[in-house]
Amino acid sequence: MDLNYIIAILAAGVVAGTPILYASLGEVIAERGGILNLGVEGMMLVGAVSAFYVGTFTQNKWLGLLVALLAGGLMALIHAVITISFRASQVASGLALTIFGTGLSAYLGRNLVGIPPTSTFKVVAVPGLSQIPVLGEIFFKQDVMVYLSVVLVVILWFVLYKTKAGLLLRAAGENPSAVDALGHNIFFIRYAAVIVGGMLAGAGGAYLSLAYSTSWIENMSAGRGWIAVALVIFAVWDPRRALLGAWLFGVIASLGLHLQALGVMIPSNFLQMLPYIFTFAVLVLTTRETKNRRSGTPAALGISYSREER
Amino acid sequence: MKLKLLGSWEIKKTNSSSALKKFGISVTSIVLGLLFAGLFVLITGKDPLELYSEILHASFGSIYGLSETLVEMIPLAICSLGVSLAFRMQLWNIGAEGQFYMGAFGAAYFALFFSDLPTLIMLPLMLLAGFICGGLWALIPAIPKAFWNVNETISSLLLNYVAYFWMAYLVYGPWKDPNGNNFPLTKQFPESATIPVFGNTRISYAIFLVVIIAVVMFFLIKYSKWGYEISVSGSSRKAADYAGMSYVKNVLKVMFLSGAIAGIAGMAEVSGVLHRLQQTISPGYGYTAILIALLARLNPLSIVLVSFMMGALLVGGFSLRTSGFPSSMVSMFQGSILFFVLAGEVFNNYHLVRKKV
Amino acid sequence: MGNTPMVEMRNISKEFPGILANDQVSFDVKSGEIHALLGENGAGKSTLMSVLTGLYHPDGGQIYIEGKKTEFSSPKDAVNCGIGMVHQHFKLVQPFTVAENIMLSIKGLKQIYNLKEIEQQIIKQSEAFGLSIDPKAKIWQLSVGEQQRVEIIKLLLLGAQVLILDEPTAVLTPQEANALFKTLLKMIESGKSVILISHKMNEVLENTDRITVLRDGKSIGTVDTKNTNEKELAKMMVGRNIADQLIKKSSRKQDKIFSLDNVSALGNNGLLKLKSISLDIYSGEILGIAGVDGNGQKELAEVVAGMRSVKMGSLAFCGKDYTKSGRKKRMNLGISYVPEDRMTTGLAPDLNAYENMALNSYCSYRGAFIRWDKVKKDTDRLIQAFDVRLASKANPVKMMSGGNIQKLLLAREIDSAPLLIVAVYPMRGLDIGATDYVKRLLIEQSEKGKAVLLISEDLEDLLSMTDRIIVMHGGEIMGVVNPSETTREEIGLMMAGKRKVDLHEA
Repeated sequence: MDLNYIIAILAAGVVAGTPILYASLGEVIAERGGILNLGVEGMMLVGAVSAFYVGTFTQNKWLGLLVALLAGGLMALIHAVITISFRASQVASGLALTIFGTGLSAYLGRNLVGIPPTSTFKVVAVPGLSQIPVLGEIFFKQDVMVYLSVVLVVILWFVLYKTKAGLLLRAAGENPSAVDALGHNIFFIRYAAVIVGGMLAGAGGAYLSLAYSTSWIENMSAGRGWIAVALVIFAVWDPRRALLGAWLFGVIASLGLHLQALGVMIPSNFLQMLPYIFTFAVLVLTTRETKNRRSGTPAALGISYSREER
Repeated sequence: MKLKLLGSWEIKKTNSSSALKKFGISVTSIVLGLLFAGLFVLITGKDPLELYSEILHASFGSIYGLSETLVEMIPLAICSLGVSLAFRMQLWNIGAEGQFYMGAFGAAYFALFFSDLPTLIMLPLMLLAGFICGGLWALIPAIPKAFWNVNETISSLLLNYVAYFWMAYLVYGPWKDPNGNNFPLTKQFPESATIPVFGNTRISYAIFLVVIIAVVMFFLIKYSKWGYEISVSGSSRKAADYAGMSYVKNVLKVMFLSGAIAGIAGMAEVSGVLHRLQQTISPGYGYTAILIALLARLNPLSIVLVSFMMGALLVGGFSLRTSGFPSSMVSMFQGSILFFVLAGEVFNNYHLVRKKV
Repeated sequence: MGNTPMVEMRNISKEFPGILANDQVSFDVKSGEIHALLGENGAGKSTLMSVLTGLYHPDGGQIYIEGKKTEFSSPKDAVNCGIGMVHQHFKLVQPFTVAENIMLSIKGLKQIYNLKEIEQQIIKQSEAFGLSIDPKAKIWQLSVGEQQRVEIIKLLLLGAQVLILDEPTAVLTPQEANALFKTLLKMIESGKSVILISHKMNEVLENTDRITVLRDGKSIGTVDTKNTNEKELAKMMVGRNIADQLIKKSSRKQDKIFSLDNVSALGNNGLLKLKSISLDIYSGEILGIAGVDGNGQKELAEVVAGMRSVKMGSLAFCGKDYTKSGRKKRMNLGISYVPEDRMTTGLAPDLNAYENMALNSYCSYRGAFIRWDKVKKDTDRLIQAFDVRLASKANPVKMMSGGNIQKLLLAREIDSAPLLIVAVYPMRGLDIGATDYVKRLLIEQSEKGKAVLLISEDLEDLLSMTDRIIVMHGGEIMGVVNPSETTREEIGLMMAGKRKVDLHEA
């Protein structure tokens, strides 16, 4: 195996990890605010189909991305209403959202199957940086949404740990009654977190249909939404670790695709299983490792907040 | 608790909730759910009422439709009974789809490789194989859950994809019928490995399995010590510890049985309906089963009823394909109904009152 | 001091399902005073204050702030009017630092803040009131007293003029409580007002200017502290002359029921929470455990009950070693357990009363099934005998009131004919009637020859009920005292970490 081949696998890994990174970052925000949203898969699918639809018919990928953000946000709004205002089980509502999103995207995309896209995100080499040997090839010869995702990680990290908004968000996930008693609007904070989270899942979907596959296929997210949720646990709710996890996942996935070409005699179906098994293993290992650690799961994650509960 | 609503109404907590009220809330939720989903159909320029009547017609409009609804009900009800057991203990086993596939795999192994066995040995053996394979598959997420509290929701779901690709491997690879024109199918099961059907319908005798499992589950939960342990553990793990119940053992037992029942559904499907393995043996029974369990509030007898309704929706969905709609769009209706049922839950313990001024 | 009170609440009413928590309550606070809100548990004190802090919306009545009619639709409105409350359960974010917690309450905090500057400000402002705190410390590392300090500093920085403290001394040693009242005095000197919610008469008589007594959701009256006495207050609180003090005759026998020998155990966080505890429990005695919450008492109870495994040392029941046995075995031996957390440990909240009554007996049925007809008969008998009031036996127990929940739990635990009853904070959160009932029940059991291990934070209860008191601090035993020979001060110092031997050498 030569160096170029390794570089190609790693570069493809970054691409494969990007949709999951967007979705994971979204879920980090929602869960930091205390709301578990298992509807990521559904939000990604709706994001993917709406991005493809708008992007293809307006021939403007940016408009497609924008609509995917909106669609993801609207999907998340449903979850927010049910879990925050009606205080229903977050697990059940998230599952409903995934089921709903799968059906809705199949319906909306029924005439899009097999249509070639007219506007997609293409590789834009960063001047200068892309000339760096190895690293340039891997990280700086990518499409714009890859660069944006890295910028997003930095922004999100800063907001979460260095700003008032982040402080409130983290507090909302740890002890909502404290936030409420101090006169902050806990409901607004949680709604905002869930909706922004959904928008990013939508962006992850847009990446799938406008950059990664450049097509619409029913159920094209193929479990990536679930992997994104699992990665949040691996990331210990830290955006920087989410980046690491998403890329690691991407590399495993792209390795699977390339192993055969390298002459490794493993049936392709087993290689297709690889990302899911890998995620499963990571989930088990991280949970074991963080079991006794103080920092980790937001203390109020999954618990509805009600002011007058007695 | 109080939810502020528009105008002079608000929601207040009550200590009472009658069965009639619960029923009324469920019906209202389902209607609102269908309306909400219909909204999406409407804004894309289609008439939702036409769509709904098409679904109804397909599933209830003929003897054939009705019998197909029952065919769909069997795997749905069995899977749902399986997941409901885990849900009762607050274990979110959403891996029924994979457990269904593995159950089918186990059953098919005997059908394909021990094809000489007589029916009376073959079918029980296939049932047992389906049971064990489904159960073991569910144990994979159960073990980390029991010992290290690893989130079983995600882990059980991830395994669905693994099971799916395992099936793909079999039907594209070693188990492919050599005389099958290279289609990804196994060869057909021998007569001895198929569950008989009623008359010239496709409804197999596996429908008795639905009844048996539902009734056994009902008594298990209501009267048995173990059922009691499950209910206590589901309400509060600390209370279970307090009463000296082993949480770890119960997680393993419940998840195994939950998966094993889904495995039975997989066996029933390949042995009673498909008579062979193929890449897709389920249009998402395992996922719809989750929805059914939640809609039926985990009550075994309601599960059978709701499965019938969801079976009808599936049959209707298949028929939509002829009008150019993807059959998977029915999950849009399912998800939408669940939204409203979940939101409606609030009204069971709360009621609407006019604000005192 | 003007004539308009800082806060005036007129005819406040608030209803919860089945309970009228506040019935036309009127109440006012002047600037520069400490005003006590006295009443039994369930009298409506916390509800009234939750209305004042905007958490609950009243069903009727008005609130005036400095004479101006005001309506609070959320806690934010109350905060803006200068009202702040230290809740019994602190509203702190455990993994945050002190500074981060305080920042949550700083008005007009910039989106991108300067942490260093804020930390210095916190030190400066808190020292002005004689409160010292390290802004960089994480909350979970602090003692309960220090956490309370953070809560107070938070309110001061929020610009609170009216401070409400809900049972602030419940979690403090007597010495810490004194320090708290010194701080409060400093605050009223600077023109702020303090509302003290309490059910302890001594504390209220010693530290306040005026007292308002609530009973059954109604205001019974407001009196000047200097013109009243314990007897009058007690009568106002209970509505009748309180029954004679309980007198516990020692019925301690010679036979050891349960012994711990050098037992160490880990807490939930994996740290050593019990350190080499040795003690014997005799039949017929009530052995009290005193200590500030979180000093290993709960872990001790769990070790005895069989719910927490022992790291080192050994346990013996009636002379036989049972170190390795689990909860089920201990239940069969006759060890009953009334846990602190009744609703989610002692009971399964979603199950009904019948189903909960089977929790310690379901295994005794032969075969795979539970005889629910028998369970129902037993439950009906116990509900009658222990005077548990239920709207419906088919409702989940989470809908029951605190007193009835405790009665149900005690009924079940005592009916199982135990030799040893482990009771953790069994009177916490109960009204006077129910408290009295539980106390009598435990004393009665000890007189019948059963051993009782009683963990309580209320020194009065321990002093009046027990045969011996063991004081714990930091997971260790500081000493054993005899209730008739000790003083509150002695126990207080031991609770703060002074060993009995050291006390008497000094």
